[in-house]
This record gives sequence, structure tokens and C-alpha cells, in this order.
Amino acid sequence: MSIAADTPLRRFAVDFLRSPTAVIAGLGLLAIALAAIFAGVIAPQNPYDLAQIDIFDGSLEPGSEGFNGFKYWLGSDEQGRDMLSAMIYGLRISLMVSFIAVSSAVAIGMVLGLLAAWRGGTVESIIMRAVDIQLSFPALLVALLLLAALGKGVDKVIIALILVQWAYFARTVRAAALVEIRKDYVTAARAAALPPSRILFGHVLPNVMPPVLVIATVQVANAISIEASLSFLGVGVPITQPSLGLLIANGFDYLLSGRYWISFYPGVALLVTLVCINVVADHVRDILNPRLQR
Amino acid sequence: MTALLSLRALSQTYVSTPDLAERMANLAGAKYRELRVRAVNEVSFDVAEGEVVGLVGESGCGKSTLGRMVVGVETPSGGTLAWRGATLEEMTPEQRRQWELEVQMIFQDPFASLNPRMRVEQIIGEAPVVHGLIKRTERRDYVAELLGKVGLGADIMSRYPHQFSGGQRQRIGIARALALRPKLIVCDEAISALDVSIQAQVLNLFEDLRAEFGFAYLFISHDLGAVEHIADRVAIMYLGRLVEIGTADEVFENPRHPYTRALLAEAPRIDRRGQDFTPIEGEIPSPLDPPPGCAFHPRCARATQACKGAMPELRAGRDGRRTACILEHGEQP
Repeated sequence: MSIAADTPLRRFAVDFLRSPTAVIAGLGLLAIALAAIFAGVIAPQNPYDLAQIDIFDGSLEPGSEGFNGFKYWLGSDEQGRDMLSAMIYGLRISLMVSFIAVSSAVAIGMVLGLLAAWRGGTVESIIMRAVDIQLSFPALLVALLLLAALGKGVDKVIIALILVQWAYFARTVRAAALVEIRKDYVTAARAAALPPSRILFGHVLPNVMPPVLVIATVQVANAISIEASLSFLGVGVPITQPSLGLLIANGFDYLLSGRYWISFYPGVALLVTLVCINVVADHVRDILNPRLQR
Repeated sequence: MTALLSLRALSQTYVSTPDLAERMANLAGAKYRELRVRAVNEVSFDVAEGEVVGLVGESGCGKSTLGRMVVGVETPSGGTLAWRGATLEEMTPEQRRQWELEVQMIFQDPFASLNPRMRVEQIIGEAPVVHGLIKRTERRDYVAELLGKVGLGADIMSRYPHQFSGGQRQRIGIARALALRPKLIVCDEAISALDVSIQAQVLNLFEDLRAEFGFAYLFISHDLGAVEHIADRVAIMYLGRLVEIGTADEVFENPRHPYTRALLAEAPRIDRRGQDFTPIEGEIPSPLDPPPGCAFHPRCARATQACKGAMPELRAGRDGRRTACILEHGEQP
């Protein structure tokens, strides 16, 4: 390997590939993400196309065949929808909602956190007190209240998740940026009279990204579970666009009558997704933690 | 000819006001007060074009703060700072820009002073492109030329800072400062974090660059040997104030202020092996609560009752030497 190729990204990749657990979780996450993105191609059935589903195939057990020979690997729900397909589509909604919400929250939190660290004084006080207030309420409660006010809808869930999560990023970015801004390379950039926006986004931001990345990964998992909880509670995504959480809620009524698969498999999918994300996040955190670095 | 840089009664006071929680505690009877630190206290001197001024003092005496004000990273709380005759207040935007670019800084810690996520080419070449000194397409050649000036090869351009030793990093930092074609370079303890063998190399590099470009340096250091070697004039600071200033020969051969004497007496020298060191008594006082009168009197061997009275000004004493000591001013009873 030539020395010139030894970029921070490359070192990161080498470190990441060293842990088998992380690689497996990473591959799992990749598979889940691909399945969600290409749901239309992969899923055996479009469970929301009424022409493709048959009410007479309702509540079939996993592995049974329908009237037209369609194999229901994970069973069907009472409407006759293939659970596997419904899960893949549900995964797509869950991942999309959480990904959009977290990336927006990162963007908002980052700008506010940098602003607080750079300006200090009143600006910092206002931003950070807002963060404190935000973080002193349980996320689910805030989301519930917001959704009660905003109403249902995928966009509303995304807004609620952004409002719940921006504060984590603002706090992290401010703390990391305060450390970086005191370093001499920032003083050098100021001595060179570079514009503040350039210093903040060109110099400080890349150096505060590691902790933000770690928190972002954890928060994606968090967002998925909050969204699932909201949908389960009936204030989340609409019934026409069911996420994993809503699928679990739909099957919940049939659990006691023995038709476990309607809730169970979406639950497993949710669990596997969260575990994969968390393992990857844990490992990323270990790599980026300077105290653990060789 | 007007001096390149002139400081008049330049001061920097840091004020820490009680925050909201502390103010609320005050209502309940707590006693949080406003804290004031006079980090730099009415410092006046000039730096002429091409001149090297050494600024010496203990840790915490305000010499770094002074340096940061000179490069414009901090705004002085009092006094005036003038560049090419124009003070900060009366500068036109054009003059201000000229000041910002013509004064650059070299730092103590070669590990913190380079952005770890930028390649050498960007570290050195960013600011000149932003300020329009060179075009983006000329950047590679420009950076290569600067690297040559500081004794590094152009082949390192695409590397990251962590791939270099302390001395190499310091050279990159110097090249970054050179990139803006400065007239004055503030060296804030620029060699004290380096190995002794590297220190000499970097010090020689400073001298070579000065000979080539005619820079003025404000050389902030506690290394008296290095200052004696490089400086034309030397200013001694104690607790935010200038206590003595004079040519390097004068100050080093015949120090006048008791603090300067004590400082020089304790500097290890190769021609005085086996000397006994008698440390200056006591600690540097807290700048939060400086002693009345001359700030050095609690530690001064020659202090008299009068020293506790008024703060002595920096002015010419008996034979024209400028010190801030009433004993030198010839006013002792």
C-alpha cells in the first residue's frame, strides 16, 4: 500500500473489516437496505395491489399454498396478503422514515451546534436551553404529543422524529466543536482571515463528524423503534403505508387465536434490523474513539 | 518611517460574568462575582519592518494573548493596535485585509496546528486561493515552491499531517504562514515543542527565510537562548505588563529590571557549568488578584516599601534603558 493512499477513510475501512461480527452485521444491514430499496423487484407479491391478493387466501399458515399455487412462505394475514412481501414493503417505509428523519435531524443539529459553539453568548444559551428542554422529555411522549397535534401521515411522523432527535446532534456537535475551535489549526485559519462559514464547514465540521456519525447510526435504530412504537399505538404511519410497527400492531389481535405469524415475523425483522444497526454503530464508535486507537 | 506594527497601551481583559444559574443563586444569598483577568495590561512597543522582537516571560504572563491580538484572532479590550500607521478603528476594509494577510502565525504544538483531515496541498494552498493571491490551477506549483522554501519535497503534497514528524509538521506550518506573503510572523513558542536538534534547524530556517524575504518576527518564547540568538530587540513581560524592553545585547548583557535579572541568572548556559540555581522566590501571582503596586514586588529581592505603592510605568531610566522599575527610574528615597 502506498503511503499516499493512507487516507482516514481507508484506515477506517481496514479497522472495520478486522472484526467478523461487524462485517456480518454490516452485510446483514446491506441486505436489509437493498431489500427495502428494491422491494418492488424482490417481494413475491405487491401486498397493496388489490388485483394480486385474494381474500380466500387469508390467514394461511407459513409455508402453505394459496388457491392459485402461490406459496406463502411466512403465511398471510386475514386480508390474504403475503407476510413476506408485506414485511419487505414495511421495512422500506420504516427505513425510509428513519433515514430521512435522522439525516434532517443531523443537518439541523449540526448547524445549530456549530453556531452555538462559534458564537457563544446569548445565541449559545438560547440554543442549548432549547436542547435541554427537548431532552428532558421522553422522546416517545414528545412524538405522541406532536402527532396528536399534527395528525397522521408519513410526513408528519418524519417531522415528529426530526423534532425529537435534532437536540442530540446539536449537543454532540457543540461539545465536539468547542474542543476543535480551540485548536491551533482553527486559529491558523482565522489568522489567514478565511470566512467563518469556510472555517466552520470546511475545517471544524469534518473533525466533529466521527461522534456525529456514531450517534446518527444509533439514532437510526432509535428512530425505527420510535416509529414502530408510534405506529403500534395507532398514531404513526397510515394504514395504507404500513411500516413494520403497524404490521405488528395489525397482527396483535390475532396473536391469542394462534395466528402468531402476522405479528411475529415483522417483529423478528424489526429486531434483526435494530441489532444489525447497533452492532455496526458500536463498532464504528470503537474505531473512532481515539482512546482505543493504536 | 512609520513602524510596521505599533501597540499603544494595548490591553486584553477577560470578564467572566455570573451565568443565569449563578445570578439566581446570588438572589438566594450566594456571592458569585464578576471575575476580571487583565491578561495583557497596557503594553506598548513597535516592530519595525524586518525586525525581530523577542517576547519573553513565564507561562501565563499574557505573551500568547498578545500574539493572538497582533494576528487579529482576538480583539483587544483596550488601547490601540496600528498596522502601517492605521489603527484598527480607522482602517479601511482594504487596509484591514492587508493587515489580516500580512500578519501570520506559527504555533507551538505542531500536532494541533494542522488540520488532521486535510492534505498538505490544501493546508498550505487553501488561504491563498480564497484570497485570490493565486488561481486554483496554480495551487500545486505554488505549494511545491513553498515546500521547497521550507526544505520539504513537493512529493509530500498529497499526504495527511499524521504521516509527518514534529519537525516536518512545523515546516508545513511555516509554509502555510509563508503562503500569504506576510510581513510579520508571530512565532508563538514555535520551537519549544520540538526536539533540541530540530529546534536548531527550525531556528536556522527562520533566519534563512528572514534573510530571503525580510520578514519581521514577533518571537514569543520562554527559551532565552533561542531569543538571544534570533532577536534584535527583547521585551520582557511579567503578569500582563511589559517590564523591560531593549536591544538584545543590552538586555542580555546588562539586564536592569530585577525580574529580567533573575530570569537571566537562572538561564542555563554552557559556559557556566555546574552553576547553582536559585529559583525566583514564590509563584507567579494570580492575574485575578494582582498584588498592588509593582506586580513583581512580592518576589523581588530588592523590593522597598515604595514598590507596593504605585504601579511603575515603562519608561526610560537613568541611562536611557526602558524598564518598569522605580529603582531604575532613580526615584528611590
